[in-house]
Amino acid sequence: MAKHHVSFTINGDPTEILCETHATLLDVLRDELELTGTKEGCSTGDCGACSVTVDGRLVCSCLMLGVEANGKAIGTVEGLAKGDKLHVLQEKFLEHHALQCGICTPGFLVASKALLEKNPDPTETEVRYWLAGNLCRCTGYDKIVRAVMDAATVMRGA
Amino acid sequence: MTTGTGIGASIKRREDFRFLKGLGRYTDDMTMPNMTYCVFVRSPVAHAKLGKIDLTAASKSPGVVAIFTATDLEAVGGVPCGWLVTDRHNKPMIEPKHPILAAGKVRHVGDPACAVIAETYAQARDAAEKVSIDYQELAAVVDMKKAMLGGAAVHDEAPNNLCFDWELGDKAAADAAFAKAAHICKIDLINNRLVPNAMEPRAAIGAYDLATEEHTLVTTSQNPHVIRLLMGAFVLGIPEHKLRVLSPDVGGGFGSKIFHYAEEALVTWGAKKIGRPIKWVAERSESFLSDAHGRDHVTHAEMAFDKDGMALGLKVDTLANLGAYLSTFAPSVPTWLHGTLMAGQYMTPAIHVNVKAMFTNTVPVDAYRGAGRPEATYVLERLMSKAAAEMGMDQAELRRRNFIRKFPYQTPVAVVYDTGDYDAHLDKALALADYKGFEARRAAAKARGKLRGIGVSAYIEACGIAPSSLVGALGARAGLYEAATVRVNPTGSVAVMTGSHSHGQGHDTTFAQVVADKLGIGIEMVDIVHGDTAKVPFGMGTYGSRSLAVGGTAIVEALNKVIDKGRRIAAHLLEASEADIVFENGAYQVKGTDRKKTFGEIALTAYVPHKYPIDKIEPGLEETAFYDPKNFTFPSGTYICEIEIDPATGETQIIKFTAADDFGNIVNPMIVEGQVHGGLAQGIGQALLENAVYDDNGQLKSGSYMDYCMPRADDLPSFDITTTNTPCTHNPLGVKGCGEAGAIGSPPAVINAICDALRDYGVMHMDMPATPEKIWRALQVAMPKAAE
Repeated sequence: MAKHHVSFTINGDPTEILCETHATLLDVLRDELELTGTKEGCSTGDCGACSVTVDGRLVCSCLMLGVEANGKAIGTVEGLAKGDKLHVLQEKFLEHHALQCGICTPGFLVASKALLEKNPDPTETEVRYWLAGNLCRCTGYDKIVRAVMDAATVMRGA
Repeated sequence: MTTGTGIGASIKRREDFRFLKGLGRYTDDMTMPNMTYCVFVRSPVAHAKLGKIDLTAASKSPGVVAIFTATDLEAVGGVPCGWLVTDRHNKPMIEPKHPILAAGKVRHVGDPACAVIAETYAQARDAAEKVSIDYQELAAVVDMKKAMLGGAAVHDEAPNNLCFDWELGDKAAADAAFAKAAHICKIDLINNRLVPNAMEPRAAIGAYDLATEEHTLVTTSQNPHVIRLLMGAFVLGIPEHKLRVLSPDVGGGFGSKIFHYAEEALVTWGAKKIGRPIKWVAERSESFLSDAHGRDHVTHAEMAFDKDGMALGLKVDTLANLGAYLSTFAPSVPTWLHGTLMAGQYMTPAIHVNVKAMFTNTVPVDAYRGAGRPEATYVLERLMSKAAAEMGMDQAELRRRNFIRKFPYQTPVAVVYDTGDYDAHLDKALALADYKGFEARRAAAKARGKLRGIGVSAYIEACGIAPSSLVGALGARAGLYEAATVRVNPTGSVAVMTGSHSHGQGHDTTFAQVVADKLGIGIEMVDIVHGDTAKVPFGMGTYGSRSLAVGGTAIVEALNKVIDKGRRIAAHLLEASEADIVFENGAYQVKGTDRKKTFGEIALTAYVPHKYPIDKIEPGLEETAFYDPKNFTFPSGTYICEIEIDPATGETQIIKFTAADDFGNIVNPMIVEGQVHGGLAQGIGQALLENAVYDDNGQLKSGSYMDYCMPRADDLPSFDITTTNTPCTHNPLGVKGCGEAGAIGSPPAVINAICDALRDYGVMHMDMPATPEKIWRALQVAMPKAAE
């Protein structure tokens, strides 16, 4: 089966791959680019573990074909920290104990970043509704919500 | 505390850096050279004879490497059960074989009949769709009450589908207590079946090294040594030294990853067969159909009280669903982890529990966060609040009247509580919840057209199941100790190899705090190693809130041995008597002098033994301890839930959820808070949202996230939580365990609150999940009465 030539940026870096027609963007990230930070939780767009941004928009990468990434700017959890310097959201997740097993955490971080770029001063209700697309079985969400609210405060001041 | 990072400090978790950066390394993140991919062909029907399995088309499908069915596995054992329950007639439970791949019959939707292995995952999937199986359908056994009547049988060995009929307690004493009761409270309830839904689906990679003749299994397990033992000894016949099991980062377990599953055995066995590694990763729909489910009890219970509200007796009759096969610890859950908790926090003198455990054509049921204890707590705490309402008493006061206050306390259901102070957490919870001010809030809500209710639940938990001699007598086919090796390196850093396994609990942090505290060294000097049978001593893993109480104590015992050996070395170096040497703040010091040697100096001396009593002490500084607890630990707590119902929609909103827990001593309060939050979310999920529903044909109707209602961020409140402390009396850390409490105590608190809100409408009970539809319907029936 012929593969497709696809080029896009991943966390700012230009990337070119040969992509199978049926491969999802999630497959491309995990299997081709070995960026395994983005997780697969359901493959049906219900859990948000595979959240990435595509041209700044929050997307479930399990629901998008790899070929559709052509010409786009893809953002994943690996793009958040700058070397050893954690993103404010990562720092606040750490400080508030907003993660336990860690499997849903990349999705929550990417979704939270997308929220704060759109709405830098969300209410708790807005945070809860925005993050309702991401499932976490460990934390009960309370500490995630606190972390995001706290990060928003810091980012507004920065 | 010596370092600011020791016991009692809410330090940030050390493991979080890799998770936050997307660098966690879970099973599905791993690949091996030349790896193949496995897809299971699973039964689409609940109960059928297996006719011809036609592999012709599938075998020709591109990329197929091998296809296996039960006939290939005739020399392989079945998935073993780790607990033998003896029933009330002194008969062993019925224990049918659980084949790796279905043999002769399929017994639940999702039962694997065939394993297809191909070069790529997509090719394996394509080929799996070409496997043609003749399923000759049989009547499905789904409803437990109907199952008992005979007719269709899941297993020929159990014609009426009864696995065992078990009892605990004194029936004659309970009957006598009921005869003199002033009030008897009765309830029929269902503890709804749940799907654990760890966010990481199960996965396994099997590999075989021709050169060393070693098998490797990488798997999503809470207890790699248990898997190695069960699979090696009972399924595949591989001796331990030729089988390595790794559980790397694991994305949540909640019990469902304790058990040995058929897929693990298949990829391990198959890898040798085809000479290449095999990877299998569950799709989410497979998780719904193959991860062991939780709960699923149908219960009738009665509780007798005297005129002052003192509990006289309790009788519980439960049907427990085991599903189609006996999962690893399934028989222990509705029995020894359930009946033994029926005293709760109360002095009820006479208790009798009967449990009939049934086979059905459904996914096997086993331990899920709490495992038997939530079911017991739900029965007891629903009875207490219902009885209070019936007797016109306050639900908190009725509980307080019946509290056990003298410890140790021998319950009428086998277990002995070592310590507790139930008034302390009740008082704290009542204050935090502003219980006194509730009636004013109820009235204010009523003025707004809303129905407010408040529910109390006072739970007891038994953690760290032990000692081995006792659980052996009760049917466990394993010991329940834990092991740890403390390896002090020559320059003073420390590696701790623990049999416990962290899959979100934060052991890398908590255990390191204990070690840093005991040795008086910086936490950065401590490495916690787990999840690899080649590295860690034989241990039993993590479940039942046992890791700190049992695994942590094993670490402390090994540390004590290290410290003692260090003292002997220090005595030699300092030319003093061992009795005169104290170990404090990371140094051995001669009492009353300033002569001392740091822990690091002693470590170096142990490995560079130039000036060393080599004739008396062997070199090196590494010790192992196996710790077998003397008793369970008994955390307890009071939970209070305040809710408001919109009668127009039936929707329940949790206004405030208060939890006051006694976990004994706490090593990292921040991590403990997180554990409570997570447990509460699962308990509230059970009470309001979650339900695994089978239709009469045995189809799982709630088999996806579109149908099975997981709690999401907008479904849950923030939590008000606090702790009290009566340290455990029989482990050196004084710790009890905190992982399951939230899931145990919260469901009855929520349902009690809902029933309290609906009390004017004559609704005395509502089964979980209390969905808006259920509440709205109840209100439609009751509305006219209330309006009168």
